[in-house]
Amino acid sequence: MRLVTAILRPHAVDDVRAALEPLGVHGMTVSDVHGYGRQGGHTEVYRGAEYRVDLVPKIRVEVLVDDDAADAVVGAIVETARTGRIGDGKVWVQAVDEVVRVRTGEVGAAAI
Amino acid sequence: MPALAHAVAPVLTATSTPPVHVDTGDTAWVLVCTALVLLMTPGLAFFYAGMVRSKHVLAMIMQSFACIAIVSVTWVLVGYSLAFDDDAGGGLVGGLHLVGLAHASAGVPGINLTIPPLVFVLFQLLFAVLTAALLTGATADRMRFESFVVLVAVWSVVVYAPVAHWAFSPDGWLHRLGLLDFAGGTVVEMCSGASALALVLVLGPRRGWPREMMAPHNLPLTLLGAGLLWVGWIGFNAGSALTAGSLAASAALATHLSGVGGMIGWLALEKKLTGKATTLGAASGAVAGLVAITPAAGFLQPLPALAVGVVAGVVCLFAIRLKFRFRYDDSLDVVAVHYVGGVVGTLCVGLFAATVVNPAVTHQGLFLGGGLEQLGKQLVGVLATSAFAFAATYVLGRVLRATIGLRVTADDEHAGLDTSQHAETAYELTTTSTIGRSHG
Repeated sequence: MRLVTAILRPHAVDDVRAALEPLGVHGMTVSDVHGYGRQGGHTEVYRGAEYRVDLVPKIRVEVLVDDDAADAVVGAIVETARTGRIGDGKVWVQAVDEVVRVRTGEVGAAAI
Repeated sequence: MPALAHAVAPVLTATSTPPVHVDTGDTAWVLVCTALVLLMTPGLAFFYAGMVRSKHVLAMIMQSFACIAIVSVTWVLVGYSLAFDDDAGGGLVGGLHLVGLAHASAGVPGINLTIPPLVFVLFQLLFAVLTAALLTGATADRMRFESFVVLVAVWSVVVYAPVAHWAFSPDGWLHRLGLLDFAGGTVVEMCSGASALALVLVLGPRRGWPREMMAPHNLPLTLLGAGLLWVGWIGFNAGSALTAGSLAASAALATHLSGVGGMIGWLALEKKLTGKATTLGAASGAVAGLVAITPAAGFLQPLPALAVGVVAGVVCLFAIRLKFRFRYDDSLDVVAVHYVGGVVGTLCVGLFAATVVNPAVTHQGLFLGGGLEQLGKQLVGVLATSAFAFAATYVLGRVLRATIGLRVTADDEHAGLDTSQHAETAYELTTTSTIGRSHG
């Protein structure tokens, strides 16, 4: 099993979710996050004083998938979320030792 | 109130309390205005609260609400007497005949009232409350609540009440000199602004200022507060006519136009300097214009009132730079908006005061051909109020700092005043923030 984690532009999440449905992805965890990379922040002005805001709001998407589905899921995310401009985000994949569904006690691939 | 004294009563000698012939129209109007002035303090609380960080928002609001409680008590016990009783000497402070409001219902020394004197007592009480609450914008995010309570209680008696006597009581030395201060450019705006500067110097800056960005956490709250202040200000200024007639009408119109002018002036300059017109700029500019018209509302024709607002909007925005230049952390710009705006307005009376608006104007403004006479009197009012309010508050602040202490600890400041001073959190916006156990 694999955990696919993607840091994306906030407005990309709906399209990514729609693109993953046909691949058999029926659940994901989404969180609001802030960070910085190559994309710059923005400037805010309060009573004439300008402030540089470095952290940019992003969305983190986490999806548990079978080993052989990981490549397709990553591909669909990258394809859907890409605008070609700096700030599109990153996707990475980690190995997962065990998964348990809390309601039924199912383990492994059956719990995904 | 001073306007009416000017208009109707020739300055009377001490110990004269004119009989009161109650006019129901005047009474109804000033009662409404009294409620409007009360609305300004919660309005100010929201205006300020939106500008602080989310961990200090309750403490900011609490300080304004505490002022309502504290100053109401000190005012009826002793403040009103020190401000409006017959002079105790030199026009500097009133006597103690009205302590505890004893004899207060008989009349106000030197003022020909057409409203019950107790309405005047409450109207003026709420001025004292608001003036104290104005201080909290400068000292935001770093004062212990207990120390704040003591500070405001003492300050309202030893700083505010004497200054109110100087300009508002017909016995006061500035009033006798001929200072024209319709609703408190010196008494409310400059007194709070100069005192705020003194407190900031005693307290020192917020930890991390000016290196850290301390951006407003909720500007809609600030704009709501500015709106409430604007509405209340009609009562503050037009109510100061103490009658429901043409003087109140003139003051109401001047007040509104100056708020409009302030917003326009501030936003135009801000757009030119930074490229953007901001909502905080709209709120701040309107308040700057309303501050500046406070001493002038009952003396100016409409277009000069609009001009005063524009000038205040521009000058107050520039004045905010002073705190970065001279490194004093006037957190929410009480000095730049209230002190500087108060000075602008008080001096503008000497430029634009018109006899046609108010017969109390004995020397017309410079721009109406009246020469420098009135401007000179206004300047004396500016200098005297600034010097006394700053010096007295500085001494008071130093004494309290050396005895009971003023600041919270570094840990409490970092954690935020909401949890450290009041054991509360303003916003529970996530599920995790509400997980906890009751201790019964």
